[in-house]
Amino acid sequence: MDNKHGNTWKMIKPYVAVVVSLIYFFPVLWVFLTAFKPRVDIVTTIPRFLFTPTLDHFFRLFFRRVTVAPGEFALEATPFARFFLNSIFLSLTSVALALALGTFAAYAISRFPMRNKGFLMFYILSNRMLPPIAVVVPLYLMYRTLGIMNTYGGMTLLYTAFSIPLAIWMMKSFFDDIPYEIEEAARVDGSSRFRAFYKTALPQVWVGIAATFIISLIFVWNEFLFALMLTGRETRTVPVALSTALRGERGVDWGLLASVEAIYVVPAIILAFVAQGFLLRGLTFGTVRK
Amino acid sequence: MMEKESRLKRFFDRRLATIMVTPCIIILLGMFLFPLLWSLGLSFYDYSVLRPVPPRFVGFQHYNEIIRDPYIWARFATSMRFVALAVGLQLVLGVALAFLMYDNFKGKKIFMALMLSPMMMAPVAVGAFFRFMYDPSFGIIPYFTRTLFNADIGWVTDPSVALYSLVLVDTWMWSPFVMLFTLAGLLSIPQHLLEMSSIDRASWWQRFRNIILPQIKPLLILALLLRTMESFRLFDTIWVMTGGGPGLSTETLAITLYRVAFQHWHTGRSSAMAYIMLIVVIVLTNLYLRLSMRQEGARR
Repeated sequence: MDNKHGNTWKMIKPYVAVVVSLIYFFPVLWVFLTAFKPRVDIVTTIPRFLFTPTLDHFFRLFFRRVTVAPGEFALEATPFARFFLNSIFLSLTSVALALALGTFAAYAISRFPMRNKGFLMFYILSNRMLPPIAVVVPLYLMYRTLGIMNTYGGMTLLYTAFSIPLAIWMMKSFFDDIPYEIEEAARVDGSSRFRAFYKTALPQVWVGIAATFIISLIFVWNEFLFALMLTGRETRTVPVALSTALRGERGVDWGLLASVEAIYVVPAIILAFVAQGFLLRGLTFGTVRK
Repeated sequence: MMEKESRLKRFFDRRLATIMVTPCIIILLGMFLFPLLWSLGLSFYDYSVLRPVPPRFVGFQHYNEIIRDPYIWARFATSMRFVALAVGLQLVLGVALAFLMYDNFKGKKIFMALMLSPMMMAPVAVGAFFRFMYDPSFGIIPYFTRTLFNADIGWVTDPSVALYSLVLVDTWMWSPFVMLFTLAGLLSIPQHLLEMSSIDRASWWQRFRNIILPQIKPLLILALLLRTMESFRLFDTIWVMTGGGPGLSTETLAITLYRVAFQHWHTGRSSAMAYIMLIVVIVLTNLYLRLSMRQEGARR
């Protein structure tokens, strides 16, 4: 009896799993549907699943119509393209920088004897654990005093610092995974420590570098609070633009908002899918190496 | 000349560890430690960035006021309620999801990716969109609860419900995160152990308690700590979804800190508040590190 019951459960389990994952995905799907809905079909008391898809919101996101002369219109670019480019530029440059510096540091910590290594690693990680809201107050003061608010340099520096702890912890875990013997052999053959790192160790961790890059990128891409306080009109990123769009005076333009979100979340979801095997490792700073 | 160059090279090689670590440490010290020391100083002063008045030394006054302020304690309680509910739900659901996704089936990788997609989305986007979906007049969630259960729930308008709506969103985002941890733990259980117990006809609960739980426990504790820290400091989602309202029902410590710092511009007081939050997080980080070290020790 008990056995039979177990078998039925085994049979329907995959279907339950599919249904549950679809439930989880539904809100994401709803964002995409809303992004393609005509305005009249969005704000309805009974949600509409059937509608004629339109690209209107995406178009409005990047262009707006301005009256040049009575009855004559011209298209003007909205600042949104710039916000997207800002997000792309800031996340790519700062993560690349953090990863370059972090890989060096991670290698040194993984390979060379050091005093207080435990404390060093703790200090590095604690930077990542700080509540952003607690750090942003003094950072705001510092950026104001230095006059680097709303500059690309300042924002790149900020996100580099933001990404370094994860880069070091994750890369250290990848270096720890490869045996030291080969580099030692290279050292015996007379190559310098740096050459041993560059020629022997680095080629073995390319997958790790790619995974670390992707996961750090997602974090910077999604970051909000620092950007909210430290960027201005020129360097504004999409998450900040999104939050300001919610404070529209004539009510929130949900179609427009959905189109921003649709464009913005796709890269993160795709990247996460690519690095799925390293997700857990990235989210635990390399401590769980599954 | 030759001699000098090789000496330089040797110096570089001997100091390589220091040279490799220093840039990162300088950036971290400059970007996090230095401003934090600055704000530690400011937390003893009466100061506002907006006022052109020089800071006035007040000693521990801010700390004293904060600790005695029932308003702050109420916000702390809201934070704790949110953390306890969200993290608790995530743990239970996460483990359940892991059991559901443990066996292989066709297309599992795709469905897994669907399930993991919420947690990769920008929290701001999530908050904004749930505000849309919770909207009392045109949101899809109130529509479902109205038609399916005939219940009119003010998801984001009723002060007694709003916090639970937030808990739901956080759980939706992060229970798959706990699932990942649990799956990693489940996969490390030797197959023969599970088979043996099924021959023994041990009950499901016995099997879970005696074989599975001890194996996944260290990983679950890590997940618990990470989630506790993150939901304690959560700002983005709450800020765009409810902005702390209605009333003060979802005003957590992080939201209050933002208001004190950037809406009332009490820079000194906000610095003191930030320090109280920091201490909580540093204690948790320390715990995380100790436990993850143990985890590493167990693996080797």
